[in-house]
Amino acid sequence: MDILKLTALELGEKIRKKEIAVREAVDAVLARAEAAEPVINSYVTIDREGAYRQAAEIQKKIDSGEPAGPLAGVPAAVKDNMCIRGQLTTCSSRILSNFKPAYTAEAVENLRKAGAVIIGKTNMDEFAMGSTTETSYYGPTKNPHNTAHVPGGSSGGSCAAVAAEECFLALGSDTGGSIRQPSSFCGVVGLKPTYGTVSRYGLIAYGSSLDQIGPITKDVADCAALLEAVASHDTKDSTSIPREDYRFTEALADDVKGLRIGIPRDYMGEGLDGEVKEAVLRAAEVLEERGASVEMFDLGLVKYAIPAYYTIAAAEASSNLERFDGVKYGYRASGYDGLHDMYKKTRSEGFGAEVKRRIMLGSFVLSSGYYDAYYLKALRVKALIKQSFDRAFEKYDVILGPAAPTTAPELGSSLSDPIKMYLGDIYTISVNLAGLPGMSVPVGRDSRNLPVGMQLIGNVFQEKTLIRAAYTYECATQKQFETPAQIGKEA
Amino acid sequence: MANKISDETIEYVGILAKLELTDEEKEAAKSDMEKMLDYIDTLNELDTSGIEPMSHVFPVNNVFREDVVTNGDNREDTLANAPLCKEDSFEVPRTIG
Repeated sequence: MDILKLTALELGEKIRKKEIAVREAVDAVLARAEAAEPVINSYVTIDREGAYRQAAEIQKKIDSGEPAGPLAGVPAAVKDNMCIRGQLTTCSSRILSNFKPAYTAEAVENLRKAGAVIIGKTNMDEFAMGSTTETSYYGPTKNPHNTAHVPGGSSGGSCAAVAAEECFLALGSDTGGSIRQPSSFCGVVGLKPTYGTVSRYGLIAYGSSLDQIGPITKDVADCAALLEAVASHDTKDSTSIPREDYRFTEALADDVKGLRIGIPRDYMGEGLDGEVKEAVLRAAEVLEERGASVEMFDLGLVKYAIPAYYTIAAAEASSNLERFDGVKYGYRASGYDGLHDMYKKTRSEGFGAEVKRRIMLGSFVLSSGYYDAYYLKALRVKALIKQSFDRAFEKYDVILGPAAPTTAPELGSSLSDPIKMYLGDIYTISVNLAGLPGMSVPVGRDSRNLPVGMQLIGNVFQEKTLIRAAYTYECATQKQFETPAQIGKEA
Repeated sequence: MANKISDETIEYVGILAKLELTDEEKEAAKSDMEKMLDYIDTLNELDTSGIEPMSHVFPVNNVFREDVVTNGDNREDTLANAPLCKEDSFEVPRTIG
């Protein structure tokens, strides 16, 4: 039996039944990572020793008959912007190249409590700013389905690691699409929960009012199980929301009868690749055949989401990243003249170009004289965008569309024109502005064999509706678009 | 439209952002910022009069708790990350002459 072909839940079951030892599962992913990493570069750090230590602890618990959850013993990966005590946490930046946090992020703590074995920390765009994982200080990650292409970003390392079977599931974070877009490009399932569902404690902040941690998995059942494991109300995060229902796996039902699905006409027009459009519309038909009602509607304001987002996210980033000053942790420049010169040299040498670009923009829109015209204006537009979603959810249970306008672009083709790159986030970004849950599910391949993702958007707290729709689609199509990448055998 | 960013503005934003840019980087930053601001100016097509700025999607209130210590001081772990430290303190360049 090839262990790597199992889903996380299938593996967890075999571990509980003692058909597979936790150590064997760890052996399998580490061997795969050893073969894949020179090409794919999903990880910034692989913690072999720690993985075997965790494996031994969990095996001991299972052997002694202690109750073990569905993910006990399953090898997992964590995006490198989530703190793990004593373990290198870089945010894929030079400025944190030597940072070992003194505490562990709540989501990671929850993942550990579920018994998952954390294999390592995955590559990302520096400080999660980017759509390709090319802005990482530690080199780009490649798309496992076709290594001439990017995996998307910013959670590109987590998505590539799942697609390349270098782990069974992974955590990512999503500020403007950073889970859903790379999930779409890598042919895996990714979900950004309602804002406040997963604690941000220990997640290195980018745009605090938009950031959410979420699951990246091989299939929908794993996605529900991982969300169930990491979601919690946490008093250490003042924006964490106590939810009535955390039982997301209960939504794994093959049934969409009566589900009202709306497809925004504004998501299917200009700028959308023909093959992506075709695959997404075909997926909608599948759900319609299973009993959902599907119709087109006008969402409105779509083109204003990106400028509003970049104003807000850059403003928050410029404030959040002020803490990196070379005093308490991280990189410090050598050779400076006084305190202010040390700050400036440290930050200028420690941050990459895209991070500096956003800090500059954010500092400008928050500066005296421009604050009202730019920052407050963007927050007003955010309110309007939220209203347009509120109106849509009066008529529909789920909004369906593409996760991204294209499949994965070629490496090296995106960074030269930032605004063009930002336009790639057009379908995902407004979901963060409105705090909604959104999910990407693989629904096809283009002529170059690159995966296409469908995005399902729900009203706040309606993750279970998304999971039910995604699961129904998966049952109907028998997971035909969720096949892992064949490393070294790409088209 | 067509925003123009002056040398003085870039200089000032550099001070706010605590970034030291080379002349080349300054020119690139000017051009990047002009393009982004032109793009952001499309928001002015929308009438937002009477709309309250929305900083949070949910009505958030202050979350209060009793002021009790629940964690240790973590001094050693914290100082272990310091680029320079001296006698349980972070060491920085002299700030007062």
